[in-house]
Amino acid sequence: MEYTPQLTTQQILCCSCGTLIPPNPTNMCVNCIRNQVDITEGIPKHATICFCRNCERYLQPPALWVPCQLESRELLALCLKKLKGLNKVRLVDAGFIWTEPHSKRIKLKLTIQKEVFASTILQQIFEVEFVVSHQQCDDCAKVMAQNTWKAMVQVRQKVDHKRTFLYLEQLIIKHSAHKDTINIKECRDGLDFYYASRSHALKMVEFLQAVTPLRSKASEQLISTDIHSGTSNYKFSYSVELIPICKDDLICLPSKIAKSLGNISPLVTCYRVGNSVHVLDPNTLATAEVSNQVYWRTPFSSLASVKGMAEYYVLDVEPCGPVKGKFVLADIQVAKTSDFGRNDITYFARSHLGGILNPGDHVLGYDIASSNFNNDAFDALHRGSLPDVILIKKSYPAHRRRNRQRNWQLRQLAKEEEEMAPRKQDQERIEQDYELFLRDLEEDPELRATVNLYKSDKAKQQPTPDVAMDDDEEEEEEEDFPEVSLDELLDNLTLDDGAQEYDSDGNEMMME
Amino acid sequence: MAVRAQFENSNEIGVFALLTNSYCLVAIGGSENFYSVFESELGDVVPIVHTSIAGTRIIGRLCVGNRHGLLVPATTTDQELQHLRNSLPETVAIQRIEERLSALGNVIACNDYVAICHPDIDRETEEIIADVLKVEVFRSTIAQNVLVGSYCALSNNGGLVHPRTSIQDQDELSSLLQVPLVAGTINRGSDVIGAGLLVNDWCAFAGLDTTSTELSVIESIFKLQDNGHSAYVEDMRDSLVDTYA
Repeated sequence: MEYTPQLTTQQILCCSCGTLIPPNPTNMCVNCIRNQVDITEGIPKHATICFCRNCERYLQPPALWVPCQLESRELLALCLKKLKGLNKVRLVDAGFIWTEPHSKRIKLKLTIQKEVFASTILQQIFEVEFVVSHQQCDDCAKVMAQNTWKAMVQVRQKVDHKRTFLYLEQLIIKHSAHKDTINIKECRDGLDFYYASRSHALKMVEFLQAVTPLRSKASEQLISTDIHSGTSNYKFSYSVELIPICKDDLICLPSKIAKSLGNISPLVTCYRVGNSVHVLDPNTLATAEVSNQVYWRTPFSSLASVKGMAEYYVLDVEPCGPVKGKFVLADIQVAKTSDFGRNDITYFARSHLGGILNPGDHVLGYDIASSNFNNDAFDALHRGSLPDVILIKKSYPAHRRRNRQRNWQLRQLAKEEEEMAPRKQDQERIEQDYELFLRDLEEDPELRATVNLYKSDKAKQQPTPDVAMDDDEEEEEEEDFPEVSLDELLDNLTLDDGAQEYDSDGNEMMME
Repeated sequence: MAVRAQFENSNEIGVFALLTNSYCLVAIGGSENFYSVFESELGDVVPIVHTSIAGTRIIGRLCVGNRHGLLVPATTTDQELQHLRNSLPETVAIQRIEERLSALGNVIACNDYVAICHPDIDRETEEIIADVLKVEVFRSTIAQNVLVGSYCALSNNGGLVHPRTSIQDQDELSSLLQVPLVAGTINRGSDVIGAGLLVNDWCAFAGLDTTSTELSVIESIFKLQDNGHSAYVEDMRDSLVDTYA
């Protein structure tokens, strides 16, 4: 049998203070090791973190601002990232020591371990104090200093309604072309966009050029110049004037232009405004395109716009034969709705709406016979050869009378209003313009496809609003009313964020 | 009396010198400061010899000796041997050893009566040690270390051993050596005692880093205090009480 001795280690004296300790690699007691080496060396005991008072966020260097609660995990992580030497030791524990919230001090209690000599690991607890210093974050600075713009884009359209801008607003939202703007200001006949840098403004101008016909002019104002370095500080303004012609306008082309567009009849309607103005002669279904350059060489204005349209009742529809795309040429007998019960005057109109009009429908059109237009080109036309009525689009008065809530809504840019509050009648006009624009969207799927529609809260709660309809309504619904289907709508994100919110839906088109 | 010293910025003075009760060997260094320390303590008592062993300065690790003799490794040149012979007293026997473990200072620790040595040392060497140094030889280890010369320092009064020596080992060594032993450190916590400490019956030299605590341990175990007569009386009374009580 082998003898295995019981080995008991003995105590030795600590080499520096002489207390009895079991032998260790340094042969020193813990206190003496601690006195000799400070493992917290290289870790700052004081640090500063930046806090934006306005939005209550902390700066996470280099440029990220994150919202954190006091004594939260996020704040702890942010504070620990501030301590440089912490990667050289092992962090065992970290926690907050309570401080007064308004003391602008955050205290952390850290427990760290580090190998001091060969195979000797020392653990130490220490405190780090953070001073919270106030600093305004970039976003808040942008909001606070609205007059620090460097470039401005002034978009104007000299027409008596706002529909173009309403549509433009939706286009801008869809393409998030407004994301670099500092401020958007609404003013007479248009919008002003403010930017911090010239390139952002140029980008906006290019975007507008891509979506609508316009004329732009750049100007600059010298703010300051440094003759030693040869650098100057400018403010740039881009004046953007949109063509004052909208969809469904009646136009009388100057004869020169009419001839150059394949000798189209001068009296045309505008059926689409894209990158250029698309016009249609409702008598022959001839279409033409007035490009941006051609327009600005000899500018012309519209003869009458949407507000000048009168409502007619369709009595008879007789197709003439020619068909061009969705346009079907037809002879249509109409009577003015307002004449009902007073006289029996009926009008014949040759129109492109033969495909969608049926007897009994309502239609909007321009009354040429009884209108006085103050236009040189129109005066030059032979009065006798003009039609009495030019029909423009089908209307849905029965449906409108129901005054139903829409199941969709649009997002709006966060705009700054004009200095002067609009007068009461202006307010009504603005609302009317908006309603007309919404109707346009409803009735035109092509137009709808270019903007983002969002589900309204009502639609979310009640996906089929029609079930609760009362049936004893005397007028029946128009069958072909263009309903906006629910699957076209996007889920509404938080609307409150306004201009700062981008679309995250992925169906976003990128600009060139 | 324990003194701190340094050899050319090294605290391991046991490497560069050898101290016994009848002579002291010192390595040939760049400056004479190291030599002066020994000269001031021992100058009028024992001869202090400047020498090299096998052309090196690490004489404290290469040779071993006590009052009666000096053992040098086989690599020692004739010239060095002649120099030592001329410098040391007649009573000191000098012997060159053909031993595989040639760092004799590392593998052998001795006082004037007993030596402990590396377990693997030659039988012949063991006999030569016993003959030349006039000691009893034991093969042993200190805290599982076979380099007994490195990890302990012995005098006729006591001994300092490696700090991790277990109590059982220490008791066993103490009974072999017939002197009291204590576990301790030198040079602020270093456990290579032999390299940091030179000791004989009346004085000790330690590395410059050695703390006062370590020095006081050394002075007490090697009985180096200048307390003169009363200490002996105290000692004697203790042993008498032990014997008769």
